[in-house]
Amino acid sequence: MSKLTVEHLSKRYPGGLLALDDVSIEVREGEFLMLVGPSGCGKSTLLNIIAGLEKADEGQVLVNGVPIKGPGPDRSLVFQDGALFPWLSVRQNVEFGLRQAGVAKSERLDRARRVLGRVGLRQFENHAIHELSGGMRQRVALARSLVLEPGIILMDEPFSALDALTREDLYLEMQDLWRDQATTVVFVTHNVREAVTLGDRVILMSARPGRVQEVFDVEIIRPRQIDDVDVARMAQRISTSMKEGPSAAHETAQKTSLLRTPRLRLGDLS
Amino acid sequence: MGGTLVHLFSDGTLLDATAVSLRRVLAGYFISLAIGVPLGILLARQQWAEDTLGSLVAGFQSLPSICWLPLALLWFGLNDRAILFVVVMGSLVSITTSVRDGVMNLPPTYVRAARTMGTRGLRMYTEVLLPASLPAILTGAKLGWSYAWRALMSGELLFVSLGLGHLLMMGRDLADMSQVLSVMIVIIALGLLTDSIIFGSLERHLRRTWGLGTA
Repeated sequence: MSKLTVEHLSKRYPGGLLALDDVSIEVREGEFLMLVGPSGCGKSTLLNIIAGLEKADEGQVLVNGVPIKGPGPDRSLVFQDGALFPWLSVRQNVEFGLRQAGVAKSERLDRARRVLGRVGLRQFENHAIHELSGGMRQRVALARSLVLEPGIILMDEPFSALDALTREDLYLEMQDLWRDQATTVVFVTHNVREAVTLGDRVILMSARPGRVQEVFDVEIIRPRQIDDVDVARMAQRISTSMKEGPSAAHETAQKTSLLRTPRLRLGDLS
Repeated sequence: MGGTLVHLFSDGTLLDATAVSLRRVLAGYFISLAIGVPLGILLARQQWAEDTLGSLVAGFQSLPSICWLPLALLWFGLNDRAILFVVVMGSLVSITTSVRDGVMNLPPTYVRAARTMGTRGLRMYTEVLLPASLPAILTGAKLGWSYAWRALMSGELLFVSLGLGHLLMMGRDLADMSQVLSVMIVIIALGLLTDSIIFGSLERHLRRTWGLGTA
């Protein structure tokens, strides 16, 4: 059974235009899935629906086979601007979700410190948010989600507002974290290179209406860097597809294969 | 005039009057805060509240606080409750409006982030909306304080006995310029004191945590 299933999801904009049109996706446990597409393809809307912040007009979202009922710490969301609380210190921000869950103070402290350590910000635990750089803030935002030990982490263009150098550092850090972590991730980005650098699988969506256009398995060896040749090559394939846009035959082929074909991975063979 | 100031001080008149005025304004002010802050948050977050009470609040805003005095005197008589009512009505609206506007201007991601972390119901108000709107609440509090003080002074000047306003008026009745000026100086001093010590330190604290005003 897959970790996350999106079944025939459709959503309309207030005017009646389709933001999402019959989107179906399956995400395996521990998979790092990227959602890529041009503006207006509905990838952020899709993420919000999975997070429970928005409701679909048709279809449903299942986590471990159970339909979701609303937002919750089992599907933690990392926002583009971090959405950290400026009235709390770094550590208090990370502890926030644990407080909501009623975790005891000493345990909260412990867990928050450990996660801050893993993102390399342990010594900043008492700093105010405004004292951190953009990259540091996003790491705190990530820590805030990680500490909840969610089944799924959703990330909405978390690195888009950062400079290129910071982003490159974060790509390596994330791949490092995920080597031991293996939480299921759904990551939205408009940056195709970023998608190939981080993702196990890349779903390309097309715009107006938002649909799944094509799915790419990324089997490049890790750790990957944004300027690796393999990464660049695959990114180009995807970009070309994106520019060409959907073709009818292509679409139907992808739609049927998505829900049926089991994904064979190198690990499965041993 | 310095002589009058010292004289009024030493025979306790000034201190008594200050105590009376402060007692009234603080009581009214804190009542306004206690009502205005939750009300402002409610108006910002609940459409039904905005639809029903919103226009009422907007209406009251255009009524100068002194206009409440005749009503208060008729309702409560010539006593402290009347002046309390005027002080509350004077500052309540400005506090409510500032808080409401502050909460409405909060980035929506705060609430969304909190929801994804499992925050629900009353906790959203106490642990997210309230702390997030502290800068707006402080602005409202400062505004409310000056309105409260103004309402008090007009009340004391016109009808109510005791207090600094009354002392001021007495100075006029006695044609005692130095008394008038002395009371004015005290009022100014009180204002500067609250501004720099109380509001000033609160603002500095907020600025440190929030990083407002830093480049």
